[in-house]
Amino acid sequence: MARLTINGKTHDVAVDPSTPLLWAIREQVGLTGTKYGCGIAQCGACTVHVDGAAVRSCVMPVAAAEGKKITTIEGLANGRALHKVQKAWLDNEVPQCGYCQSGMIMAVAALLREKPKPTDADIDARVTNICRCGTFQQVREAIHAAAKA
Amino acid sequence: MITKIPKLTRRSFVIGSTALGAGLAIGLKIPFGPSVVRAQDGSPEVTAWVVIRPDDTVVIRIARSEMGQGTLTGLAQMVAEELECDWSKVKTEYPTPGQSVKRKRAWGDFSTGGSRGIRDSHQYVREGGATARIMLIQAAANAWNVPTSECSAANSVITHKPSGRKTTYGKVAEAAAKLTPPEKPALKDPTEWKLIGKSVKRLDTMDKLTGAQVYGFDLKFPGMLNAAIKDCPVFGGKLKSYEAAKVTSMPGVRHVVTVGDSAVAVVADTWWQAKTALDALPIVWDEGENAKVSSDSIAAMLKEGLDADQAFVANQNGDVKQAIAGAAKKVEAVYAYPFQNHAPMEPMNATAKYTPDRCEVWVPTQNGEAAFAATLAASGLPADKCEVYKLHLGGGFGRRGAFHDYVTQAVLIAKQIPGTPVKLLWTREEDMLHGRYHPVMQCKLVGAFDSSNNLTGLHMRLSGQSILTSVRPEALQQGKDPLVFQGLNPSGDFGIGYSVPNLLIDHAMRNTHVPPGFWRGVNINQNAIFLECFMDEMAHAVGQDPLEFRRKLMTKHPKHLAALNAVADRAGWSKPAPQGVYRGLAQMMSFGSYVAACAEISVKDGDKIKIQRIVAATDCGYAVNPAQIERQIAGSFVYGLSGLFLQECTVKDGHIEQTNFNNYDSMRIAQMPKVESIVMPSGGFWGGVGEPTICVAAPAVLNAYFAATGKRIRTVPLKNHGITLV
Repeated sequence: MARLTINGKTHDVAVDPSTPLLWAIREQVGLTGTKYGCGIAQCGACTVHVDGAAVRSCVMPVAAAEGKKITTIEGLANGRALHKVQKAWLDNEVPQCGYCQSGMIMAVAALLREKPKPTDADIDARVTNICRCGTFQQVREAIHAAAKA
Repeated sequence: MITKIPKLTRRSFVIGSTALGAGLAIGLKIPFGPSVVRAQDGSPEVTAWVVIRPDDTVVIRIARSEMGQGTLTGLAQMVAEELECDWSKVKTEYPTPGQSVKRKRAWGDFSTGGSRGIRDSHQYVREGGATARIMLIQAAANAWNVPTSECSAANSVITHKPSGRKTTYGKVAEAAAKLTPPEKPALKDPTEWKLIGKSVKRLDTMDKLTGAQVYGFDLKFPGMLNAAIKDCPVFGGKLKSYEAAKVTSMPGVRHVVTVGDSAVAVVADTWWQAKTALDALPIVWDEGENAKVSSDSIAAMLKEGLDADQAFVANQNGDVKQAIAGAAKKVEAVYAYPFQNHAPMEPMNATAKYTPDRCEVWVPTQNGEAAFAATLAASGLPADKCEVYKLHLGGGFGRRGAFHDYVTQAVLIAKQIPGTPVKLLWTREEDMLHGRYHPVMQCKLVGAFDSSNNLTGLHMRLSGQSILTSVRPEALQQGKDPLVFQGLNPSGDFGIGYSVPNLLIDHAMRNTHVPPGFWRGVNINQNAIFLECFMDEMAHAVGQDPLEFRRKLMTKHPKHLAALNAVADRAGWSKPAPQGVYRGLAQMMSFGSYVAACAEISVKDGDKIKIQRIVAATDCGYAVNPAQIERQIAGSFVYGLSGLFLQECTVKDGHIEQTNFNNYDSMRIAQMPKVESIVMPSGGFWGGVGEPTICVAAPAVLNAYFAATGKRIRTVPLKNHGITLV
């Protein structure tokens, strides 16, 4: 049993403490916006915020996330008002298949919190998510647009 | 019983089965007669493609699958163009394959591959929209008792011009649905288009920003169990035994089941429990003879084919052997292209529920009908007892079209647990080991020149796999696989852009036990590298500018040439590149479109390539949504350049060695070049968009690398040469 605080709500989840946070979020809490892509922290599809930092939840055990503030893609918007990254993604029509975009958006939101006006070099260093559709050109444009918003 | 999934999504995917009378659909025609076909919410179908709700919402049916390429929006634009409806009120839904079978394929082909979503269905989807518009106008005219010639429709509003009376589609849809449809509706001239050609926003973006989009692997049903699977790592091998007792007491484990003759699955309350138990399950495989195969043995087999006497001929004129024998100068090279995995971000998955009376499958698929066929075969039930529900795909790229091995597995598992929905999800590792790989191919090219350095002959010998032999042997032509020659044919949708006095392009078929598949772009990926890099080699060998060398051979191929000229002009080919920047060109025709690229790169330390810019042109005939086409061009380059620089599946002891993104990498944003797209539709034809451009990025970069370093790279991926993309 672990107690997780996700998007402001507390959830008691009955899992082995070694279970990756990703699967507790998806299968116990039922929030499926966070995706599985590789299971070894390579692709970033599972990115969530843990105490504000972008974390690849597929390799973080539930035990390590207890007592911390977890935010998933479902909790990024403020009610019905989209986060500025989501808004920029909408305006720039970033997603293609969209499967990697939850993780991409979470990685970018964490970057902008830390660096409100990121350079291209900052983006290159901090956004390392895989997108097989190849949305990177729109991702970069949308990050700069969000930084100006 | 689970018969629908509207609760899980914001859109209804399922069409109600009420009022399906006889004669409702003939071929691709629309329903007629007094009975009205209704959508699940009771709204009338005006045609198979168009449902109109009383509140004027227009629901457009889309048979092809949305996997990111934007076909959902593009096809809706095509229908809406002729329908003259209010675009802001358009929604879409997928008809189901089972409904399609019942209605004699009212929606035509579901297959979403070969870049044919729009180019193969533009006619009948526009007719579906036009027919509905005519019927709606007729219904209004009947109500007003006026001739239809005095009525017109725009933006979902019908107006009787003389009286100024107006009504809306939603008000007359019920009456329209009862009318006899016109036989052959006239379509607009392209000059009259208002929506086709416009970069309207995609219809499917919002849910992808909030986590609300439901992919196959997100499905939840009450009482659902989750399955993880391992298939024999060696293709063609069998499952020998496993020790279920070792894992049956692990948390959540409900079943350990044999799947076919080569796989075993653990079924548990959650997928993580299933996967954890599967990892702990002792399994013995019977790997069979194929366990002796390696990358080296496959390469040796292909190498033999380069000079073999027997080969299938696809393109031949003149006498190439004589031209080569009498050449004043010869240029010769051998190229090779490896196995590559599709690696869509969403691993393979399918959810199945089986009872002896009904089998239902929920699956992200590029071809609903093929998934349906797999469901029938695996369940053993007839078509009227099966149904498949399509979901948006987390990437497809060809993996989810012709192959539904994961559907077969899901059904075979569900059959052993009747009445319980089971979701099967592959691990990334399973996905890497059990792909349907980009075919492996080698190519030997010989160019012959006369004493004035004119190209007099070209022989291009391909040696390697045939996808059709493995996937659709009935499509072979006296043993020849015509798909092998994409971009190299004398004419057609994959026509070569050069005229050579003596030409021979042939294929020595060499198949392996590693199953090949349709990988985005299919065979144009390697053919473009072989042909376009060799063009560059030949130009340099005779001291000619690569652009001018090509132009001389392209005078009879004006559309190929126009695309090439467009990128050369935009890149400023006639002027020197900036200091330290080197350029390379490539052009090709594929999937009915003419494409070209000019890559500009810089090279550090001889092996670190930075792609500064790629200028890319595509003439796809008609461009339905230019903004989405630009995204497909840039996106295809990420896929193609990932393949060029990073990706190779090697074979050891009969199995694929790569297991995950740590040893099968994919490009990141830091490596993304600036892509400048030139969308230049010349009209008069419908070319593809999702795949064509993918093939020109790699040869353009390779040719630029030669310009920069004088080194000619002839095998993929570049990581094997110590070359990195920075």
